[in-house]
Amino acid sequence: MRKYLVGRILQIIFTLLIFQTLLFVILDAQPGDITMQFLANPKVSAEAREQIRANLGLDKPPLERYVQWLKNFITGNLGTSFEHWPRSVMDIILERAPRTLVLFLTAQLIAFAVGFSLGKLLAWWRGTVFEYGLTLIGVVMFTIFTPWFGLMMIWLFGYRLKWLPVGKFLDPLLWRTSSVDANYVFGRLMLTALIYTVFVLVVFFSTRKLSASWRRVAMWTSMGAFGGAAVLVWALSDIGVLAGDMLKHMVLPLLVYTVVNFAGTMLVMRNTMLETMREDYVMAARAKGLPERVVRDRHAARNAFLPVFTALIISIPFAISGGIITETIFSWPGMGLTLLSAVQNEDIPMAMGALSFIGVLALLAHLVADVAYSFLDPRIRYQ
Amino acid sequence: MADAMTIQRTPVAEPLWRIRLRLAGKSFANSWQLFRENPIGLIGLGIIVLFGLLSLAHPILMATVWDARTYDPIIGYDAAILSHPSPPSARHLLGTDPIGRDVLSQLMYSARWEFGLGLLAATVSVVLSTTVGAVAAYFGGLVDTIFMRIADVMTMLPFIAILVVLSALFDFQLIHLALVYGILVGFGGQTIVIKSQALTIKVKPYIDAARVAGGGDWHIIFTHMFPNLMPLAFLYMMITVTGAVFIEAALSFFGLLNIRMSWGIMINTAQASGYLLAGPGYLHLMIPAGLAITLFCSAFYLVGRALDEVVNPRLRRR
Repeated sequence: MRKYLVGRILQIIFTLLIFQTLLFVILDAQPGDITMQFLANPKVSAEAREQIRANLGLDKPPLERYVQWLKNFITGNLGTSFEHWPRSVMDIILERAPRTLVLFLTAQLIAFAVGFSLGKLLAWWRGTVFEYGLTLIGVVMFTIFTPWFGLMMIWLFGYRLKWLPVGKFLDPLLWRTSSVDANYVFGRLMLTALIYTVFVLVVFFSTRKLSASWRRVAMWTSMGAFGGAAVLVWALSDIGVLAGDMLKHMVLPLLVYTVVNFAGTMLVMRNTMLETMREDYVMAARAKGLPERVVRDRHAARNAFLPVFTALIISIPFAISGGIITETIFSWPGMGLTLLSAVQNEDIPMAMGALSFIGVLALLAHLVADVAYSFLDPRIRYQ
Repeated sequence: MADAMTIQRTPVAEPLWRIRLRLAGKSFANSWQLFRENPIGLIGLGIIVLFGLLSLAHPILMATVWDARTYDPIIGYDAAILSHPSPPSARHLLGTDPIGRDVLSQLMYSARWEFGLGLLAATVSVVLSTTVGAVAAYFGGLVDTIFMRIADVMTMLPFIAILVVLSALFDFQLIHLALVYGILVGFGGQTIVIKSQALTIKVKPYIDAARVAGGGDWHIIFTHMFPNLMPLAFLYMMITVTGAVFIEAALSFFGLLNIRMSWGIMINTAQASGYLLAGPGYLHLMIPAGLAITLFCSAFYLVGRALDEVVNPRLRRR
C-alpha cells in the first residue's frame, strides 16, 4: 500500500506542476503586459513603463519568469490583490478558504449519504413508477441550471416565505455591536464540528464489539447527548446568537449545494447496485432465508459501495467548480465568489491565486479520497 | 492503409455497401427495441425533438408571422406596449423583457445556438476520445502511458474555474467555448472509458482475422475498432452536450462570454435589471429560460442514461 500511496502523491505533485504551467501559459499568452494600463496616461512616460517592467521582472525571458512563477507559488507568494489593496492574496485565501471548505465538506457528506440510500432503493424497486419518477427528478436535479435554481430558492425561502436570509455570510445589524469578529466565531464553530466528528468516530469504533441492536442504541444516544451538550454550551455563551445567525445564512447555500450533488451519487449507485444484485452471493443470502432488508443493505449495497466511492472521487473537481456558482448566487464569501469577483474586476493576481487554490483543493480532496479508498479496498490494502 | 484498400475482395452477389447498410439497419433496429423499453429515454428524446421543432420554427415565424422590428430576439422593440417588461399576452406569449424584446422569440432563437454549441463540443470531444482511446488500446506501451497520464491530469482539473478565468482573460465566443470544452473533455475521463472498451475489442477474433488478412494497423483501428466503439462514443456525446450547454449558460449568466443572446444571458438580463425579487408578475423573465436550460440538459442526459442500458449488457434486464 505504501508503494501505491507514494505513486499517487508523486502523480498529484506532477499534476500540480502541470496545472501551474497551464496557469502561467494562460497568463503569458495575454497580449501586452501590465504597463499597457498606463499607455494612455501622459504622466507615465515610456522610460517609467520600462522601469515598471524591470521592477516586476517582465523584461526577463519566459523560461526565467516561469521558474520565478513556480518558486513564488511554492513559497506562497501569490502577489498583492488589486481589489483588496494592500492585502496580499495569500492573506485573503487564508481567510476565505475555511468557509468554502466547510460548505463543500458538509454538502458532500450529506449528498453522499442521501444519494447512497436513495440509489439503493432505486435499484431494488426497478421498473416501478417510483423508480422512473425518482430517476427523472434525480436527472433534473443533477442537470438543473444551478444559478437559476439558487435564485428561485432565494425567491421562495428568502422573499416569499421570509424564513431564511437571502444571502451573504452574516447580518451586519446584529454584528455591529458585537465585540468579536466573524472569523473568531466561525473558527469556534468549526472546532465544535471537528470535536463532534472525532467523538462520533471514537464511539463508532469503540462499540464495534457490541451486538447490532445495542450498538445502534449506543450510537444514537451518545450522538444525541453530545450534540445536545454542544448546542447547550453554544446557547449559553454570549456569542450563541451570532453563531446562530451564521448558521442561518448557511442553510440555503448548503441546501442548493446538496440538492445539486446528491443525484450524481444516486444515479451511479443505482447502476452499481443493479450489477451486484445479480451476483451469486445475493441469491445465496436470499436462499438462506434472510429478510429482504438485510439482503439489500448488508449484501447487495455493501458491495456496491466501492465503485460508488470511486465515482465520488472522480466527481470532486466538478463539485468544487460547481461551488463557485453556488457561492456567487448566495454571496457566500468563499473562494468561488472571490474568484468570480476578481475575474469581473480584472484583479489578475487574486484570480490566479483563487484558481491556484481551487486547483490545489481539488487535487488534495482527490488525494484524501484516494487514501480512504485504499483503506476501504482490500485488493489495494493487501498488495 | 493504402495496401489494405487494394486487396482483391471475393466477389459476392450483392455489393458490399448494401450488406453493410443492411447489417447497420438490423443492429439499429435491435438497439431501438432495447431503447424503447425504457420510458426515461423516450421522455428525453421527446424533449429534444420539441426543442428541435422550436429552433426550426423560429426562422419560419420570423419570415411569416412575426414582424422583424418587433420580434427580433436581439434588436427588437415593441413600441405598441407602454411599459416593459410586460406580462404574457396574446401579442407576446411569454411577455417581453426589460428592454422590450419578445421572450418567446429569444427562447426559440437561443435553442438553435445551444444545439450548435452542444453538437460541436460533443463531436470534437468524441472524435478526440475515440481516436486517442483506440490508438492507446491498440498500440499500448509508451503511447498508452502518455495519453492515460494526460487523461488522469485532465480528470483532476476544475473545469468551470479554468473556463471562468479563460473567458475573462480572452475574448470568448460560442465556437471557442465549444472547442475548448470539447478538447478538455476529449482528452479527459472519456478517453479512459473508451480505451477500456477498446481493450476488450482488441482481443476479439475478428481483429486477428483482419490482421491475418493483411490489414495494416490504421486500417484495423479505423474500420474494425471504430464502428464497435461508436455506441459508447454516442453515449458520451449526449453527456458532453449536457456539460457544454450547462457551462455556456453559467458563463453567460455571469456575463463572461462574448455572445449576443442565449438562455444564460436572458436570466442575466432579468437579474441585472433587478426583476428577480420583483414579485409574481415578473416571473416570466426567469422561469422560461431557466426551465429551458434545465430541460435541455436533462433531456440529453436522460437519453445518455437510456443508451447506457442499451450499450452496457450488465444493466439490461434480460
